Amino acid sequence: MPPPTKPAPVPTPETLPFWEGCAAGELRIQRCTSCGKHVFYPRPACPFCYSTDLEWVVSDGTATLHSYVISHRAAPGFAEEVPYVIAIVELPEGVRMMTNLVEVEADPEKLPLDMALRVVFEPRGDVHLPLFAPAGSAA
Amino acid sequence: MSAKDDIVIIGAAETDELGKLPDMSTTALHLQGARNALADAGMTPADIDGIATVQTPGPVAIAHAMGIEARWLDGTGVGGTSFLFHVRHAAGAIRAGLAETVLITHGESGRSRVDPAAWGRSPQSLNGQFEAPYGVFGPPTAFTLTALRFMHETGTTLEQLAEVAVAQRRWSSRNPRAAMQDLATVDDVLASKMIAWPFTLLMCCLVTDGGGALVVTTREKAEARGYDKPLVHLLGAGEAADSPMVSQMPDMTSFGGFKRSSAAAFAEAGITHADVDHLMIYDAFAHVPLYGLEDAGFVGRGEAGAFVAEGNTSPGGRLPMNTNGGGMSYTHTGMYGMFAIQEAVRQVRGEAAAQVEGVERSVVMGNGGMFMAGATLVLGRSPR
Repeated sequence: MPPPTKPAPVPTPETLPFWEGCAAGELRIQRCTSCGKHVFYPRPACPFCYSTDLEWVVSDGTATLHSYVISHRAAPGFAEEVPYVIAIVELPEGVRMMTNLVEVEADPEKLPLDMALRVVFEPRGDVHLPLFAPAGSAA
Repeated sequence: MSAKDDIVIIGAAETDELGKLPDMSTTALHLQGARNALADAGMTPADIDGIATVQTPGPVAIAHAMGIEARWLDGTGVGGTSFLFHVRHAAGAIRAGLAETVLITHGESGRSRVDPAAWGRSPQSLNGQFEAPYGVFGPPTAFTLTALRFMHETGTTLEQLAEVAVAQRRWSSRNPRAAMQDLATVDDVLASKMIAWPFTLLMCCLVTDGGGALVVTTREKAEARGYDKPLVHLLGAGEAADSPMVSQMPDMTSFGGFKRSSAAAFAEAGITHADVDHLMIYDAFAHVPLYGLEDAGFVGRGEAGAFVAEGNTSPGGRLPMNTNGGGMSYTHTGMYGMFAIQEAVRQVRGEAAAQVEGVERSVVMGNGGMFMAGATLVLGRSPR
């Protein structure tokens, strides 16, 4: 039996623009044209004002480290990554998303909360995943 | 409150054994819990007209297996706190005349995995798209994700996080049914196997097999039957939802499920924090009771870690908490809420292994999923 592969997302019609953005090297999120708030994860209506007038905007690819764990257990497909950083990052628009940190040692000393990050995209299955690296690391 | 509207727990029991039970299926664990709870209530299945339980196997299967023609069913499944929801829903249904006596069951083959609930989600689900790809592997790497932010914002230290586990070992060391009965020090906790920084093994709940059940009815019915144990009255209850994904909690340092359900339950019961003699807060991981203490207002913001470290929740402390040893040291089948209620019932009745003296009121706070849904029950020895 081949080793398990990492789980790959399968888009739905609502989330497809997000994943298309990732494939194009852009972090696209929704913005409500009625109340002006940004929305992530993608959905059909604004959770703040219930407007359905959501537009897709491109975030600038920066983020800060909101919280994280360093996993010492391998999820299926992650055996070679252990220990690895599972993080919650916050975009400048205020929305947060789960991700992995790359290009940085999985060491708490190297990972102060609120550190500046930038997005990188990694191919996975049929999509590209948004991962984050320290803002100062080599592109 | 009239005897007709005063909701009581008249039966409460767990499976004969907890731990590793490979000879019992999920359903068998439900049914043994139910049998024991009915025996505790002095009832038979013929006395039951309402059933509440989670999938797997669900209320229809439990009713059918027990030969109960239920006229009210509730399959609310919001994770480990579901049984607290069931108690609240049963109270509403009984007061509305939809049922008279409700059986609430839990069984889970969490460790042996004999006919377990289906696990894993579609890659098209929100979780499958926005969390699973990042290598989260069950609660130890997802439920724990908020803790560093909580510690950062509140000044809670790693040692204080470990103190939660230490305090609960002080309780479990007095409980012969607890899976882990050895006392532990902060150093022991911090030196145990690293699971997901900052969480070591002893800061994580157990994974066990077991079950339990409750019988809920009115004081009127209980008195008519001549029930000979102290009745446990439901003084107040609340329920609330937070986020279906831990990464999408509006505030990673506060759980809306605890905050809003406890406010509702305290308001209904008409109590303040000073009225609470005993507390159970679902401890899937060491940070969760700290959230509960702060979100319910037992302590101020940023005070929970020191409160636990100073021994306030330990034996002899002013707010005994998780007195069975909790999910970290007593048992944790996967949906632990049933066991938190069981311990609160035992404490109010005065029959717990590590009995706290003079428990008039106990509060139970349950978490479901990973900060997904929360509920609070206020139980008392006297009617409201």
